[in-house]
Amino acid sequence: MSEAALPKQGVHSSGLAATLKHARYIIGENPVTGFAFALFVLIVFAALLGPHIVPYDPLASNTAMALKPPSRAHWFGTDQLGRDVFSRVIAATRLDFIIAVFSVALVFLMGGLAGVAAGFFGGWTDRIVSRIADTIMAFPLFVLAMGIVAALGNTVQNIIIATAIVNFPLYARIARTEANVRREAGFVQAARLSGNGETRILLTQILPNIMPIMIVQMSLTMGYAILNAAGLSFIGLGVRPPDAEWGIMVAEGAAFMVSGEWWIAFFPGLVLMIAVFCFNLLGDGLRDIVDPQRRT
Amino acid sequence: MSGGLPMSNHPPVPLLDIKDLTVEFSTRRGIVRAVQNIDLQVAKGETVGIVGESGSGKSVTSFAVMRILDRAGRIAEGSVTFSGIDVRAADDSQMRDLRGREMSMIFQNPRAALNPIRKVGVQIEDVLRQHAQADSDAITSKAIEILDQVRIARPRERYHAYPFELSGGMCQRVVIALALACKPQLLIADEPTTGLDVTTQKTVMDLVTELTRERGMSTILITHDLGLAAVYCDRVVVMEKGHVVESAVSAAIFKAPAHPYTRKLMRATPRPGVGLRDLLPEEALPADEPLFRHARPCAGHPGLGNDTKDVDGRDKPGHDSEPLLVVEKLVKEYPRRGLTTSLSKLFQRGPAPEPDVFRAVDGISFTIARGESVGLVGESGCGKSTTSMMVMRLIDTTDGAIRFGGDDIGAIPAKEFATLPLRKRIQMVFQDPTDSLNPRFTAARAIADPILRLGDVRGRNAVRARCEELAAQVGLPVELLDRFPHQLSGGQKARVGIARAIALNPDLIILDEPTAALDVSVQAVVLNLLQDLKDTLGMSYLFVSHDLNVVRLLCDRVIVMQAGRIVEQGATGRVLFAPEAQYTRDLLAAIPHPPV
Repeated sequence: MSEAALPKQGVHSSGLAATLKHARYIIGENPVTGFAFALFVLIVFAALLGPHIVPYDPLASNTAMALKPPSRAHWFGTDQLGRDVFSRVIAATRLDFIIAVFSVALVFLMGGLAGVAAGFFGGWTDRIVSRIADTIMAFPLFVLAMGIVAALGNTVQNIIIATAIVNFPLYARIARTEANVRREAGFVQAARLSGNGETRILLTQILPNIMPIMIVQMSLTMGYAILNAAGLSFIGLGVRPPDAEWGIMVAEGAAFMVSGEWWIAFFPGLVLMIAVFCFNLLGDGLRDIVDPQRRT
Repeated sequence: MSGGLPMSNHPPVPLLDIKDLTVEFSTRRGIVRAVQNIDLQVAKGETVGIVGESGSGKSVTSFAVMRILDRAGRIAEGSVTFSGIDVRAADDSQMRDLRGREMSMIFQNPRAALNPIRKVGVQIEDVLRQHAQADSDAITSKAIEILDQVRIARPRERYHAYPFELSGGMCQRVVIALALACKPQLLIADEPTTGLDVTTQKTVMDLVTELTRERGMSTILITHDLGLAAVYCDRVVVMEKGHVVESAVSAAIFKAPAHPYTRKLMRATPRPGVGLRDLLPEEALPADEPLFRHARPCAGHPGLGNDTKDVDGRDKPGHDSEPLLVVEKLVKEYPRRGLTTSLSKLFQRGPAPEPDVFRAVDGISFTIARGESVGLVGESGCGKSTTSMMVMRLIDTTDGAIRFGGDDIGAIPAKEFATLPLRKRIQMVFQDPTDSLNPRFTAARAIADPILRLGDVRGRNAVRARCEELAAQVGLPVELLDRFPHQLSGGQKARVGIARAIALNPDLIILDEPTAALDVSVQAVVLNLLQDLKDTLGMSYLFVSHDLNVVRLLCDRVIVMQAGRIVEQGATGRVLFAPEAQYTRDLLAAIPHPPV
C-alpha cells in the first residue's frame, strides 16, 4: 500500500518505566496507598536484614535483665528471660513474612489456577473444583487449620500448607467467576481464530485479565495468613519457642499482663496489627496500579 | 456558535427551554466541557431529533434535562426550564416528581433498563404506585391495560413474564410502557432502537409516534441515524463536539444542509443509489489514488470480476473449478432446556410445549467463490451468527457439510481446528471492536497473536515489522501500536481487529457486523478500507449484517435468512431492487431513508 512508508515513530515506551510512572501517579493521588507502600518496604527490609541489624541477639537470655520495662537500652522492654523484645519483634518479621508469602503463593497456584480452569472449561473440572471448595468451606476454617497442623506436625512448612488450604475456596471461587464471565468474550474467540489452544488461551488471555482482582485478594490474604500463623502459634500449634514469632510472643507475654508487664505482649501485637493493616491497604493501591484501564 | 432558532414558528412559551447550557465533567485530566453553550427549545407536541456521533454531547444534554448526570458532571452555565420550572434550581423531591410523571426517558438497551428479576407487569405497577397514578385494587388491570396499549400481544400472560423471556423488541415496548405509564409531557428517547432489527425498529418507532401524537406529548429523539431522524422528527438539531452546529425543520435540513459537519454526516450515511466511495468526505478523495480503479458506481454488477486466479500460490491445483467455500444442508440444533420450559409444561402457562431441540440453522446451502463477497442478511435470531460461527469452526455442526478449498472442514471438531494449519485460511472480524481485543494486550500484541501462533514470521523484530506493515495497510498510525485498547478510539480498535484478521493472508474473512458499533463517518472509512483490502489481497468476504444498505455497498451477492432458512439469494442488485420474497420486501421497506 502507498501508506507502507509511514515514518516509524513508534518508540517502544519501556513497560517498566510506564508502570513506575503510573505507580507514582496512583500514590500521589492517594497518600494512604503511599503510606502502605512505605510500610510494606519497611516490612520487607526488616524481613531481609532483621537479624543483622537488631541491637541484641533475639535468642540470648539474660536473667539479670528479666522483665524490665521499656527504656533507652531496651525500647520495647525485656521478657521473662531477659531477651530484648524489640530485637525479637524485628527478627520475627522474617518468619511471619515467609509464612505469609509462601502460603499466598501456594494458594494462588492451587486455588487460583483450579478456579480459572473450572470457570473456563466448565463441566467436570468445574464440578470437581467447586465440590472441593465447598467441602473445605464446610469446616470452621481456623479449626481446620488447627487440625491440619496437628495432624501433619508442628512445623513452619505445615503452617504454610494449612493456611493455603484454608484459603483455597476463596481463591477458587473468585477465579472461577472471573474466568466464567470471560469465557465467551470476543477476544477469547479471536484467540481461538489465531490458533491458540484452550490451555494457552487460559494462561495467556484469561489469567492476565483476572490478575488485578487476584493481586488484591493476595494482598488481603497476606494479612490473613500472618494472623492465622500467629493464631496457631498462640495456641501452641506452629512455631515453637524459643523462635521469635509475633503470635507466640503475644502468647508468652499474655501470662504477664496480669502482673503489669504489659510490654511483652503489647509490642508484638501492635506490630502484628500494623503489618496486617498495611497489607489490607496495599490491596486497594495495587488494584489501581495493575489495572491497565486506569492507565491513561 | 449555533445559529438562532426560528422562534417565530413556535408558541411563545416552549415546553422545554434550554438556554446557553454548558455541562462540565471533572476528570483526571482536568475539566472537560461535554456540552458548550447550547440552546434548544421543544414546543408542546413537537418531536425534535438530536443527531450527532458519539462524543457529541447529545446524551449528556438529555441527562442534564433530567438532572441525572453522574457525580463528576455538573451544569456549569445556562438554564433549563421545563413548563415553567427551573430544573437547575429544583430540589431533589421536586425532581423525583418531575421524572417519570412529567418527563421520562427510554434508554438504548431495553434489557438493561428493566429489572431482570421482577415481572414486567409488576415493574409497571411500581411506576404507577410511585406516582400515585392508580389505587391498589385497580393497579393490576391498569398495568395490563398499559401493556395492551404498547401492542403487546396477550398482555394478561405477558404481565407475568420476566424480561429475559421477552425479545428485544418486546422489552423495548415494556420500557416504552414504563415511560408512558404516567402520561408524561416530555419523552426523551435515547437511541431507542439501536440494537433492534429494522422491522422491529419500524414498529417501535411507529408506536412511539402514534402514542405521543395521541397524547399531545413532546419527544426528543436522540439518534446517530440521520434516516431515522428524517422520518420521525419535525425538527432536527445536529450536534458536534458539544456544540449545536445546525438546527432546522427536518425537511429543510436534508434538502439543504448548511453546516459542513451536517453535509459530512449526510454524505457518510449509506443510502440507495450511492456507491461506497461516495461515503467519504469530498476533501479526502485524492485525485488518482490507485484504490479508485475498483470503485463501483453502484451495486449493479454482481458476480462479475471475480478473481479466480490463485492468490499466492497456496491453493491446491484442481480445486479452481470448485468455489472456495461450499456449504451444504447445514444444520445446527440446540437442545431446549431450562426451568421455564418444564414449568410451562407443568402449569400450562405460556406457549404450548415445543420439541426438545431448537433448529437454529435449518439445512442451508450456499457457496462463496474466490474473491467474492457475499452478504448474509437477516434479523436477530435468524441463524446468521450461528452459521458464521460454524463456517468459522468455532462451534460444531449438527448435520451437513462445510467444504473449504476441497476439504470438509465441517467434519473437524471445533476444538481441534484451532491449532490446524487450515485455521489461518479462515479468519474473522468481530462485531464489537472493544470486546474482541484483550484489554491487557497492546495493539501490536493483539495483531501479532495469530502471527506468533500460526504464521511463518519468526523473531521479535520480524514480527514487529510485520505488525507495522499490517498497521500501515489498515491505516493505523504506527505509534498507536503500543497502546492498550482503552486508549484507542472505536475506529482505531476496528482497524486493529481488521489487521489481526488479515495478518495471515486468509482466503476467507467473515465480517460479523464489523461496523455496527461505529459512527457513520467511521463506518464509511472502515467499509472503504475493507473494499481496498479485498482488492489488494484478493480475499473472499462473508459479510454478516442486518443492515441492507451496508451490505449493498460491499457485496456481490446477498443471502437473506429468516428463522434458520434461506428465503432468498442472488445478485445484490437483483435482490435489493427486485426482491422476490415477501420477507426481503418487508426488510427493505422498514429502512428509514433521509429524503434525497
